[in-house]
This record gives sequence, C-alpha cells and structure tokens, in this order.
Amino acid sequence: MSVRVVVPGQLFSYTDGQSRLVAGGTTLGDVLDDLDRRHPGMRFRVVDEHGAIRPHVRFFINRQPALALSCTLADGDELVVVGALSGG
Amino acid sequence: MDRIVLLIGTRKGAFLLHTDSSRREWRLTGPHFLGSAVHHMVLDPRDRKTLLMGTRPGHLGPTVFRSTDLGEHWQEATRPPAFAASADPKAASVDIVFWLTPGHASEPGVWYAGTVPPGLFRSGDGGDTWQEVPGFNHELLPNLREVIGPIPGGPPLHSICIDPRDARHMYVSLSSGGTFESTDAGANWRALNRGIAADFLPDPDADVGHDPHRVALHPLAPDRLYQQNHCGIYRLDRPGDRWQRIGRAMPAEVGDIGFPIVLHPRDPDTLWVFPMEGTENWPRTSPGGQPAAYRSRDGGESWERQDNGLPRGHAWWTVKRQAFCADTAKPLGLYFGTTCGELWGSHDEGDTWLCLAEHLPEIFSVEFAAPAP
Repeated sequence: MSVRVVVPGQLFSYTDGQSRLVAGGTTLGDVLDDLDRRHPGMRFRVVDEHGAIRPHVRFFINRQPALALSCTLADGDELVVVGALSGG
Repeated sequence: MDRIVLLIGTRKGAFLLHTDSSRREWRLTGPHFLGSAVHHMVLDPRDRKTLLMGTRPGHLGPTVFRSTDLGEHWQEATRPPAFAASADPKAASVDIVFWLTPGHASEPGVWYAGTVPPGLFRSGDGGDTWQEVPGFNHELLPNLREVIGPIPGGPPLHSICIDPRDARHMYVSLSSGGTFESTDAGANWRALNRGIAADFLPDPDADVGHDPHRVALHPLAPDRLYQQNHCGIYRLDRPGDRWQRIGRAMPAEVGDIGFPIVLHPRDPDTLWVFPMEGTENWPRTSPGGQPAAYRSRDGGESWERQDNGLPRGHAWWTVKRQAFCADTAKPLGLYFGTTCGELWGSHDEGDTWLCLAEHLPEIFSVEFAAPAP
C-alpha cells in the first residue's frame, strides 16, 4: 500500500525540492520510517529521539490532526506535514 | 597564515568573513542555512579543512552539518547528537547543538558536542555520527538533577576543554551545574567549583549548581584556567582546586559579570572579558549602554578598559559566550559579534576597534579559522 505525502519547504533539502511524495506504511511512524529510508535524516528533524513529534511540526491525515506516531493510514490516504512556527 | 576566516553563527544563519594576513580588507559571504539558528561553527585545527556547524531551524529538530570546502557544500551528520530513546515522557531530548570542540591532536576525527538541555556527545568520525558520553549523561547528570532539581530547557553544556598534554583529561561546564573534570576520557567526573560564588543558590558553598558562562584553558599553560561566571571572573591554577575571583579588581561601577572570556594564545597572563549589566533583573546589556572590552596583562590582578572606536553611549547590546575570539597573528587580532548583529575587530590587541560588518542577525558565535591553502 502507499500513501500520498505533502511536505513543507523546511524539508525540501531532503526531497530535492519535491513537495509531493509517495511512501508506504500503515501508521504515521511507519510512514516516517519509510520516508527516512528514501530521504535519510528527515525523520529526526520532525520526531525526536524518543518518538515525540517536535513542537513546531504538525501532521494531518486526510486533513485530520494526527497527534501520535501510532495513528493509522490506509491505502491512498494523504499525509500532510506542516511546519507550525510561532513567534514574531 | 595566508588567510583568516571568521565563522559567524547567528540567529538566522551562518556567515563567513574573509581576509588575508594583512587584515585590511574583509569580505562577507553567506548566509548559509538562512532562517536556521547556528549556535556554533568550528574549523578543525588538525586538518584545517573540516568545518562543523551546530544548527536548528525554527521548525525542525537540531542537527550537525559538515563541510570540507568552507561551506561550498554541506553534508548532514548521519547520526546527529541524540539521547538514548526512552519511554519516559519526561525524558530529555536534544533541542540545540550548542557547542562543538575538536578532540585532542592525537585523535584525528574525534569531536565533542555540548547540547541544550545539557548533554555531552562524542564523534569518532569527524562529526558524521555521534554517541553519548555515558559517564556524563547517565552518571553525572542524573545526580546533578537530584541535587539541584530539574534542569529547565535552557542551560547549555559548553566550554569543552581538552588538555593538550593528555587526551583523556578534559573539563566541561554547564550553566545551572558548574565545571567538571574527567581524567579518564569522560568515564568519571568530579566537580571543580570551589571558590566560585553562587549568590542565587540557597547554599552559597554548594559543590554544584554554579553558573559558569565560559571557561577557557590556556593551550601553552594547560594548568591555567580562566572562567567568566554568572557571579564573577575567576582563575584557577592546577593542581589547585580553588578558583580565585580575579574580577574583584574590575571597576566597581562596571562589575565582573559577562559571558565571554578570551585568552592570548601566546601569553597565559593576558586575557579579555566583555562585561555586561548583571544587576537586579539581569538586562544583559553593556553597562550603562557603553560597551567595552577589559584586558588584563597580569593574570587578572589588574584590568584596563578598551573602548576606543566603540559606541560612546546608547549601545544596549552585549556579546554572548561564543561570540568573542582571537586570531593568532602578531599583533593579536580580536573579534566579537553583538546581539545587534555587528561584528567588531581589533588588530592591536584591543587598543582600537573597527566595525567589520553590521546589520547581521543576532550573533551567537564568532570563531577564528585559518583554513589550509
């Protein structure tokens, strides 16, 4: 199975400037692992060493917030990664 | 020395300031990683080629980048500094790669990194992969937390000093912690804070919990250490273990609070500090809005003000702990970056100052580099 992934500009250095990717996995964690295999280093930039989503990163699966790596995906789902910066 | 490059880390990216041995004309290049905070950038003095950078964009996690062509191309560390994975929801995760120190001359490829929250990491492959120093992170840090309580997110681990006579002998310092020494390559540590004031602690004579801002070991006299602390300026001559407060000789109206301390590479008795306002609510600006370096030529027994060329008033900036450095030329050159994005230099050991660059983002660090031809 595969899911569609949309990544923000902050991650373009890992994707050769591509914003739309395809990855495999049935959970958010699995998809991030697969993305990291295809684009080494990407996972650690959005998830810390304990598996926690970094404070200024948000994930949405089919436009619904995904707040844990255990959130599930189905074939054809869309995962959107958002850089959510705060401050002036 | 054919050329000098100043490595400038800022809140919004990295810049390089180039000159030749005449130090007359300067050329600014960059930004590298525009939008990312760059806390430290260091050229390996062993090969004069490998450049490491600790960086973190606003959105993403921290990492280390490496370059062997002065920033023309960058390669991310395969395994950046990170603590061991834990299921404990309170477990610390690396937020900032704050400090980088090349290892001993006999250990090419070895680097050390200090992080926020405090952690000590080692790389044996030129900064590509990093491992925890377990004696520090797993043995010392938990004990520290027991003594002084949870360490909030801000305190950095910094001032990693390797004894040039012995690769296994090292010092590290951490804010809200103090200075610590290891003689077995980081397996075991002992506190080295006797004589340091800690006005903010309930027990002013505590063994740990002090707030060193910058500690430096003299390369030609490795038994001589200097420290700019939250509570004054100090000197330590080993094997003694009691710091002497040499900042008492500073003018009372200026005080002896600051972030950086810089040593003359050829004279263990000559050093510079850059005082800041540390009264009441700690504004951390130049005292009275009148910035100045202070130089001692006698190991801290006396100090002279050096502000020729610097703003005479309403200059409310300061200089952070990594943002003041010296080159190795004769006469010695000094360089500091300000929280307002100015880069100042002196080519006469601080007697006069010139603004070499301005309008940069807030400057976190300035390091001297002499790249290989």
